[in-house]
Amino acid sequence: MSKRIEADDVDIYYGKFKAVEGVTMTIEPRSVTAFIGPSGCGKTTFLRSINRMHEVIPGAYVDGKITLDGDNIYDPGVDPVTVRGLVGMVFQRPNPFPTMSIRDNVLAGYKINGRRLAKSDADDLVERSLRGANLWEEVKDRLDRPGSGLSGGQQQRLCIARTVAVNPKVILMDEPCSALDPISTLAIEDLIRELKEDYTIVIVTHNMQQAARVSDVTAFFNIEGTGKPGKLIEMGPTEKIFSTPDVRATEDYITGRFG
Amino acid sequence: MAAPEVVAPPLVAADDSRGRFGDSFFRTLTLAAGILIFGILALVSLYLIIESLAAITASPDKLSSGQPFWAYVAPIALGTLMCATIAIVLSTPVSIAVALFISHYAPARVSKPVGYVIDILAAIPSVVFGAWGMTTFGPGLVPFYTWLSQVCAPIPGLNQVFGTASTTGRTLLTASIVLAIMILPIITSQCREIFIQTPRLHEEAALALGSTKWDMIKATVFPFARNGIVSAVMLGLGRALGETMAVTLVLAPGILTANLIGVGNMTIPAEIALNYPEAFGMRQSELIAAGLILFVITLGVNMIARWIVSRYAEFSGAN
Repeated sequence: MSKRIEADDVDIYYGKFKAVEGVTMTIEPRSVTAFIGPSGCGKTTFLRSINRMHEVIPGAYVDGKITLDGDNIYDPGVDPVTVRGLVGMVFQRPNPFPTMSIRDNVLAGYKINGRRLAKSDADDLVERSLRGANLWEEVKDRLDRPGSGLSGGQQQRLCIARTVAVNPKVILMDEPCSALDPISTLAIEDLIRELKEDYTIVIVTHNMQQAARVSDVTAFFNIEGTGKPGKLIEMGPTEKIFSTPDVRATEDYITGRFG
Repeated sequence: MAAPEVVAPPLVAADDSRGRFGDSFFRTLTLAAGILIFGILALVSLYLIIESLAAITASPDKLSSGQPFWAYVAPIALGTLMCATIAIVLSTPVSIAVALFISHYAPARVSKPVGYVIDILAAIPSVVFGAWGMTTFGPGLVPFYTWLSQVCAPIPGLNQVFGTASTTGRTLLTASIVLAIMILPIITSQCREIFIQTPRLHEEAALALGSTKWDMIKATVFPFARNGIVSAVMLGLGRALGETMAVTLVLAPGILTANLIGVGNMTIPAEIALNYPEAFGMRQSELIAAGLILFVITLGVNMIARWIVSRYAEFSGAN
């Protein structure tokens, strides 16, 4: 169900500006990998290149190779649409479709792509996905209400349900809790621990405690200065990165000396 | 060095007017502007009703057509609606496609010039469109109308709509096409503005679910823009209903007919424009009454648009 991600010497550009340089890493299936680092270090940019969302921005492109279980997603013959079906994404701000009901939001991946579902299958999928996102009990009586009427934390879980519903192999999360209160954040973190049973999860976070709480592996990105590209500095088991990192900059960042 | 002593202003100022004047001034100003709109609308309605009462209540033999007023106004009201509806039907899909091209498909160096050209289209005076439609475009369509009439002749229904072709091309369909071109920039520029405002967050959400660009547009851009598209179309429809000069020049007036490519049909604005200069007494009242009917139609169209927009308020992008 989940897939291994391997990046090999990946450079990422916005037009002429090189935002990320020389990232090589392996992300294991059924694990949570956290990307940490100061603002502008390229962690979100790298995350968005794993499902080919980076190139949505005009002029942006990726140079290098990223593979899912050995298949290069940047192969010229690969349709980005297919990649995005395999690699789901949860965004920084909860973004359920405001014009759709809660039910339709969960089914959005199917509806948008024009795939037909029998009503009973759709009902099953909605319940399964919402249960998977720990949201079912809270919304089961108002599935036909707009998704935008939910609280921020509920909306974010709805977005996770929507992502899970299309049955991806990998789920990317771009600071999924940064717009949420502590209670909602804990609910999402519990959910992430459950989801890693089935998916490869990569999460970008500015919250060090969050990285320590949910991730198995932590990757630290850093930037030398403004206008310089971001680089992967160090990657390893989360306990090691947070206790005895190899690189001085990692330790400085984690102990709060900068960033 | 002693810090300069900061004196807090007293809670109740001696003269209670600091900044307050500006507030009350602008409140009054905006209130007055709001009232003015209502005032003008009320006065226009009042004028139209008073001036047209004579014609509406007059006995048929006093009227120019020798028929009751309603029998006179119904065909030209229908003609107006037909003309405007066809224009909207032709113009809306093209406008939405052009707006979408500019906002989502064209690279920046192409979309800018296309946008300018569309805007320039809006700056062409309607009399120019009218003259072009009458002397060039209409006659140019005659061979097409003749062909259409022959093709449709054996098909019941269609042979009513595309019946005997006019020899001048100055038909209702020609007028509608000219109107469609005239309202194209209005709808296009409105739609473009709205399409651009689609939240990036929602577009990316759709793309991240594995949708193609077109699917993404159907799922996020159109629902988000729905109210705006309705308003844009209504704006265009308002222009099409009220457009006088172009229709007056293009359309060779005649009696109401379903045949869009033959001689016949008339719209209220063109009827008024053609006849008002020589009208007096009862005839003038008749024309003003026709104007009142047009006013009611446009008002009705706008209210329907409002109703459509409000029906979807809860599921709109606004919350």
